[in-house]
Amino acid sequence: MATATAPLATQLEELSSDEILRYSRHLILPEVALEGQQRLKASRVLLIGAGGLGSPLALYLAAAGVGTIGLVDFDVVDVTNLQRQIVHGSKDVGRPKLESARDRLKDLNPHVHVEGFETRLTSENALEIMRDYDIVIDGTDNFATRYLTNDACVLLGKPNVYGSIYRFEGQSSVFATEDGPCYRCLYPEPPPPGLVPSCAEGGVLGVLPGIIGSLQANEALKLALGIGESLSGRLLLFDALSTEFSEVTLRRDPNCPVCGDAPTITEYIDYVEFCSGRPTPA
Amino acid sequence: MTTVRIPPTLRAETGGERQVPAAGDTVRELLDDLMSRFPGLRTQLVEDEELATFVNVYVGGEDVRMLAGLDTPVEHGSTVILLPAMAGGV
Repeated sequence: MATATAPLATQLEELSSDEILRYSRHLILPEVALEGQQRLKASRVLLIGAGGLGSPLALYLAAAGVGTIGLVDFDVVDVTNLQRQIVHGSKDVGRPKLESARDRLKDLNPHVHVEGFETRLTSENALEIMRDYDIVIDGTDNFATRYLTNDACVLLGKPNVYGSIYRFEGQSSVFATEDGPCYRCLYPEPPPPGLVPSCAEGGVLGVLPGIIGSLQANEALKLALGIGESLSGRLLLFDALSTEFSEVTLRRDPNCPVCGDAPTITEYIDYVEFCSGRPTPA
Repeated sequence: MTTVRIPPTLRAETGGERQVPAAGDTVRELLDDLMSRFPGLRTQLVEDEELATFVNVYVGGEDVRMLAGLDTPVEHGSTVILLPAMAGGV
């Protein structure tokens, strides 16, 4: 696999002496080294959601030296978030998650540039928000935003690092790479509303987003560095109760409505309507 | 017998069981056996006598839609995974 998403080595920005010290455990890895660290600094990663999955994602990507981290979230920190959303603290309850996360990330690594989008991702703003990023990470909590994120990544040609959690189980994959499947190859349509409960209804073990979000961070870093083998074409399943990982094979569906050979979705649709269970006009 | 892994979103229908044994030589027979014992699963798995579009079934880690669909043979002793879409993230 793996062409790195960042520019050619000759165009990469130098690291400061502080950065060279900070990233020394990366720099001694031959797979990363100076050029890899410069690639991370040049990379731009967008997180959709600064909650359960977004917390470990943002922290590890910032710590690793991803140069620009975009955050899309419009929520405020609630005390019930703190059981798992570790980027926020007790003092942040009532603050917008973007402000809270930005403060924590800047404290963790002042070299990282944090761009905030205090809005819901919509069909109208998706292109504008996602256009300048290399990698998009799906850490959302609803089907409408997941389908929108997927379709936007396919239409814009950006990899979509996917993660999802419920109770004691989680899953992760990488969608919309050049030859790989997308989320719609896996599930062309969402389930009828009400059939699948949310974490707010069903609960979630606090550490679970930490595990799945860290796996997503790993995939994003490998994509940015152009190393290893990505989860594209595989759906990784994790069961926290039995501590078991398993995986199933995913294939690009030639009949996929968005990434197939003759796509029927070539622009953004109304995703709230699409996930409402009412028939949508073709 | 085949072991069928029940995803967390469907466990209310199987009395909380995380995996249940089922009998059958094909995915169709297996699901019929399962749904006869746990009738609440039917609306969650089947639409118009076909596998619902929001559910995937894996035999040996492969999506049965890429194999022979509901007619995909299932070897005794193998594990079948039911996987409906899930959206949680926060």
